[in-house]
Amino acid sequence: MAKKSLMCGNEALSEAAIEAGCRCYFGYPITPQNEVTSYMSRRMPEVNGQFVQSESELAAINMVFGAAVVGARAITSSSSPGISLMQEGISYLAGCELPAVIVNIMRGGPGLGNIGPSQADYFQATRGGGHGDYRTIVLAPSSVQELVDHVFLAFDLADKYRNPVMILGDGVLGQMVEPVEIAGRHVARRQAKEWALTGCRGRAPNKVRSLILGENELLEHNRRLQEKYRQIEEGEMRSEAVEAGDAELLLVAYGTPSRTCRAALREFRQRRYRVGLFRPVTLWPFPSAALASAAKDARAVLVVEMSAGQLIEDVRLSLAGRAVPIDLLGKPGGEVLQGAEVDAAIEKAISMHGLKRR
Amino acid sequence: MKSKITRPESLKNVETHYCAGCGHGIVHRLIAEVVDELGIRERVVGVAPVGCAVLAYDYFNFDVSEAAHGRAPAVATGMKRARPDLIVFAYQGDGDLAAIGTAEIIHAANRGEGITVIFVNNGVYGMTGGQMAPTTMIGQKTETSPRGRIAESEGNPIRVAELLTQFDGVKFVERCTVSKPHNVLKARAAIKAALQIQVEGKGFGFVEILSPCPTYWGLQPRVAMKMIDERMTEVFPLGRYKNVYAQAAAR
Repeated sequence: MAKKSLMCGNEALSEAAIEAGCRCYFGYPITPQNEVTSYMSRRMPEVNGQFVQSESELAAINMVFGAAVVGARAITSSSSPGISLMQEGISYLAGCELPAVIVNIMRGGPGLGNIGPSQADYFQATRGGGHGDYRTIVLAPSSVQELVDHVFLAFDLADKYRNPVMILGDGVLGQMVEPVEIAGRHVARRQAKEWALTGCRGRAPNKVRSLILGENELLEHNRRLQEKYRQIEEGEMRSEAVEAGDAELLLVAYGTPSRTCRAALREFRQRRYRVGLFRPVTLWPFPSAALASAAKDARAVLVVEMSAGQLIEDVRLSLAGRAVPIDLLGKPGGEVLQGAEVDAAIEKAISMHGLKRR
Repeated sequence: MKSKITRPESLKNVETHYCAGCGHGIVHRLIAEVVDELGIRERVVGVAPVGCAVLAYDYFNFDVSEAAHGRAPAVATGMKRARPDLIVFAYQGDGDLAAIGTAEIIHAANRGEGITVIFVNNGVYGMTGGQMAPTTMIGQKTETSPRGRIAESEGNPIRVAELLTQFDGVKFVERCTVSKPHNVLKARAAIKAALQIQVEGKGFGFVEILSPCPTYWGLQPRVAMKMIDERMTEVFPLGRYKNVYAQAAAR
């Protein structure tokens, strides 16, 4: 029987990486994800794995790059300012088509910001972040258990598509303690990695590169990458719809704010307002079609995010051409979104758009 | 007729893009010869820098990866940690290693990673068109030091071999050059010793090689070689700075 234990998000994701067969963690301390580095420093030696506290996030992501090149599963974690430093390496991982998992436990920004929970790195995560035309698969868990499951999924997707995968959580998710099941939960889907640099015994030498100078070669490489991204869009869009079928007001939120929205939804449903929730689980690829269908009968959409209006851009793109008004409750600055704020925003939407009780 | 000098198996039979009189070709050949001699071609993985040697994977006949500018020691760290059975070396120039990648080389060395770093020091940025490097000599004219490097505003050349020697994690350090045949042989021996230390699982080895860049020094290849012996070695003294396993190296 599966064993449940109480763990905070940061520790749970660390153990999940080990359960997924990852034996390489490289990271640099930054709040609010420090539990990952300290957990890994204890745990990796116990499973004959590698833990390196790197000299910087730049070094950490490049250690991940090296481990990925030789075919190993590797993970790093950080929080917003550190993830900014990793963008160079993420671009190289994407360009060289290397699998890797990067966890961003977001904090308030810009600059050094604060250490409060935030979702302000949405653009950075979903638009590529570093230089060049590339995409990173972005998973957005909303509970500690889902965070664990996303770590498993992230390694599998990274290997399958030879692409970096980012798990985008916020400070609440990293720190929050919830019951979680890890051991035996992951059915490993290991890919053969013929492309890896493992020594050229019995084969021609392999090379890993992103410098592609031949005429039209980089164009072709980019076209192949784009083809891969279309495949990912087709196969990997994930989302959850809660009571969206008859919803007149559709809330859209991911991660921690989606939980606040869920609680508000119950409250307003009890008051017989037709409120629904759409939660994107993959932020890239963004589940546009599923959102459009969830919002089919909506008379208003309310986007709730712990940032100043980033998620709302994908919502607008998904609902382009639809007459439905799209409102925003955006709370930037690394401050926790309160239930009362969501309630008030829903009340406002109800009166503004003249929504009636059933 | 029997040929005495053959192409090492570890070197592909292709023309390189290096300028006439460049030292990279010599260093590539030395590495290839040593890899053959140690019998490690099928388990060696190289890390190419950003700079003139970025295309090293087109010349070495074994597995090679690129790394972002300056990050080769971090990439090599990840490789060696993940697969300790591989023989991992980073090949870096002076801009890559001594400017943008200073943090990575110092910390990889200080951790005593079980890797080998070959540092080709020609005192100038080649690939981008001859700009000043951290190892450019005082008075040396480059694209970005048109009046010659001035210590007061641009600092003095960084002596990396001396810098790394002080770390306990570093087991082998030698500075050599490819300016003359006997120096080439010494460089070969240094590369072999540094790689041998890794093969024996004994830790971090570093070889700095003073190398000519006739194109951006604005000198004839032969004069460039002379300049290494007459001027560069004054600033960057040759020698074996450290060998914790003297016996292993002597074999």
